[in-house]
Amino acid sequence: MTAAKEINLTLKVWRQNGPDDPGGFEVYRAEKISTDMSFLEMIDVVNETLTLNGKEPIAFDHDCREGICGMCGAVVNGRAHGPEKGTTLCQLHMRHFSDEDTIVIEPWRAKPFEIIKDLVVDRSSFDIIVQAGGFISVNVGGAQDANNIPIPQDVVEKAMDAAACIGCGACVAACPNASAMLFVSAKISQLALLPQGKPEAARRASAMIKTMDELGFGNCGNEAECQEECPKEISITNIARLNREFIKASFFSSVK
Amino acid sequence: MQLEAKSPEGPLAEKWDRHRFELKLVNPANKRKYTIIVVGTGLAGGAAAASLAELGYNVKNFCIQDSPRRAHSIAAQGGINAAKNYPNDGDSIRRLFYDTIKGGDFRSREANVYRLAQVSNQIIDHCVAQGIPFARDYGGLLANRSFGGAQVSRTFYARGQTGQQLLLGAYSSLSRQIAAGKVQMFPRREMLDLVLVDGRARGITARNLITGEIESHDAHAVVLATGGYGNVYFLSTNAMASNVTAAYRAYKKGACMANPSFTQIHPTCIPVHGTYQSKLTLMSESLRNDGRVWVPKKPGDNRKPELIPEADRDYYLERKYPSFGNLVPRDVASRNAKEQCDKGKGVGDTGLAVYLDFKDAIKRDGEEVIRKKYGNLFQMYEKITGDNPYETPMMIYPAVHYTMGGLWVDYNLMSTIDGLFVLGEANFSDHGANRLGASALMQGLADGYFIIPYTIGGYLAGTGFSEVNTDDEAFKESTAQVNAKVEKLLSIQGRRTVDDFHRELGHIMWEHCGMARNNESLEKAKSMVQTLRSEFWEDVLIPGVDKDFNQSLERAGRVADFLEFGELMIIDALSRQESCGCHFNEDYQTEEHEAKRDDENYSHVTAWEYTGDDREPVEHREPLVFENVQPTQRSYK
Repeated sequence: MTAAKEINLTLKVWRQNGPDDPGGFEVYRAEKISTDMSFLEMIDVVNETLTLNGKEPIAFDHDCREGICGMCGAVVNGRAHGPEKGTTLCQLHMRHFSDEDTIVIEPWRAKPFEIIKDLVVDRSSFDIIVQAGGFISVNVGGAQDANNIPIPQDVVEKAMDAAACIGCGACVAACPNASAMLFVSAKISQLALLPQGKPEAARRASAMIKTMDELGFGNCGNEAECQEECPKEISITNIARLNREFIKASFFSSVK
Repeated sequence: MQLEAKSPEGPLAEKWDRHRFELKLVNPANKRKYTIIVVGTGLAGGAAAASLAELGYNVKNFCIQDSPRRAHSIAAQGGINAAKNYPNDGDSIRRLFYDTIKGGDFRSREANVYRLAQVSNQIIDHCVAQGIPFARDYGGLLANRSFGGAQVSRTFYARGQTGQQLLLGAYSSLSRQIAAGKVQMFPRREMLDLVLVDGRARGITARNLITGEIESHDAHAVVLATGGYGNVYFLSTNAMASNVTAAYRAYKKGACMANPSFTQIHPTCIPVHGTYQSKLTLMSESLRNDGRVWVPKKPGDNRKPELIPEADRDYYLERKYPSFGNLVPRDVASRNAKEQCDKGKGVGDTGLAVYLDFKDAIKRDGEEVIRKKYGNLFQMYEKITGDNPYETPMMIYPAVHYTMGGLWVDYNLMSTIDGLFVLGEANFSDHGANRLGASALMQGLADGYFIIPYTIGGYLAGTGFSEVNTDDEAFKESTAQVNAKVEKLLSIQGRRTVDDFHRELGHIMWEHCGMARNNESLEKAKSMVQTLRSEFWEDVLIPGVDKDFNQSLERAGRVADFLEFGELMIIDALSRQESCGCHFNEDYQTEEHEAKRDDENYSHVTAWEYTGDDREPVEHREPLVFENVQPTQRSYK
């Protein structure tokens, strides 16, 4: 952690005009960056300068800037969401960098995440996976009293650990195979753990995994890079649970 | 124009039931003949799109982010209220109703608020059925915690991520309907105009944020659930994309804007630390369950907090409000923080902060218990500030958080434009002049899951529709107007960036139309905003082109609307010559510096009608009638 209040940096930023543009790195200076700034505020400052110099600012996705919406993300010095553990890019602060550092900033790189512009990628494949079965089929109006089914505290805590996924895509970006297993396993786990999700568990696991494969995400190689880079520290034990759910669905369920 | 609230007749507790019976129904086979546009995918919009599709309507759903799962409801931390009375501590529908209407300083409609309390319990039932992992006690039943403005524990929560979990619940239901083909999803779209045919809302004009194409979409009715406008202040706890544009453009098409000056300033946010700052971060109000708010007794006492002995600390909320203590409503907590800082007792580098101290709670319950309750909030605080709140008190200061004002709606949630419905934070309806904590999630989901599915049916069944499609003149005209505005923005090529203007606007609004206002400074602010607006249209610099992914252009359109809307907020604040809830006009206060209402003259909702760019809006008033509660001077002592 740096003690200086202000630092100067060199940025190597990936610029790409659209999916068909080959793209490439450009080098910018980021001067007088307060160490209290977030990483995205640092990019804001660079973008203001680019704009005033008649250039197009760096396009990047971001919204809540408090680490929960899952919109932001870039590979910083080779690490998804940067060097801090359990941190989204918007919650990464410049006090973790030193004066005259060079920072390389790239978009998520994975075949199913096409680049829209600069650091902005298309993650709609995640939505398509959820549409395949990441839900409990319950219509509004028919629910029984919320306290009718007690759920042991440890079970609901595990479900919550999995449900904390923000769908940012860092797991895919971190994986050499561009596997989406951590993302998919988080949703399958959350719903398989809870009694409300059990009736559809088999169909859900089969359908989500099939869709994930069809969209071009790779296989899990058990390297655990996803867990390392996940800003919400989702555990790969969820992948183990996904595999169990998949085997149960494949061998023991009449629903495929 | 006559504002008709359409509150049903009959005893309060029977109004909603009676109304549901009286509303016309659309036969199941006919529902598929109707198309409904829903703009927004937050708790209100996502819930509405999902539940309307479940009923069989065709839904076109739009969102500004890359996925419907990212709407700003996701950032709500603390919880959602319901009148379940599981803790057996005296809660009831009537008490939730009363707390909400009192918390809003008696500036909301009785029938709406009562209905909100009535459906609150069904929301929890539905969310549990969706698989939302609410916190539970050891016996496996649902846990509750307390929030400001209530003396019962009625808040359900999922760690400090309740909004995220509820939103992902709505998103999962929505995803199921997308897969079923009943919802057509349009992500990365921004609504830029409302299209009216024969005086009815029949479609929207939207910009595809990837390609820059302007698109027309038709429907039988339009539902706006586009959230609040807190970003008019530049710095707020809102997400960066939160804006007023959709609501404001609907206002320009004839929907009245109600109480726009009612803005909630949340008491527990991380203080401002620099001019480059892009947003403020909220620390959930639930922290006030265990944290104690204090400042040094002596102004200018800049010892480290650990070194200030108990005798030199002023736990001012506990001292002034012994019955509610640290859990007074948000407006009261915020104003008191400002008052302490104005007296020179503020702490931190800027003097614009107060302490929120967990020392006693940690001593009482142990660090593990506190970590379990607030772990992620403490972690977030440490990430942003570099301080560890387990060891040293948090520093907090109020920040803009929520807007109670919004498009005026009747009991059916329909605006003054036929066929335009407005849900969630985008409408003005349920929170009066101040919203209680954990009530925004309740209202968003109530509107989306349990109210609009009934009331929109009544509208559709009772209306004869002409054939409309996007080739109609009204759509072409709207597209031409939207294109002209985009071209105009890009043609200026001035010297100042969009953010630069936005920051200046935010500063004016915060200083003059923020936590405390007075007539003189509001008048001044009005002309400052006008001047800034004309500078914007002469000197803004927007790089890039229109038919492209152009984030500067997106922001420019939003800031252009904020520059007009800000003036409307000021006009509204000036028209209300009283103080109530969050609208604190310094010229109207009690001897103890509490908001002094004037029920004789201001017991009404103000709804503004647009009459042209160069004209003052016309003021309409919906009188508020209280048959079931007696408006009193709020006291939390």
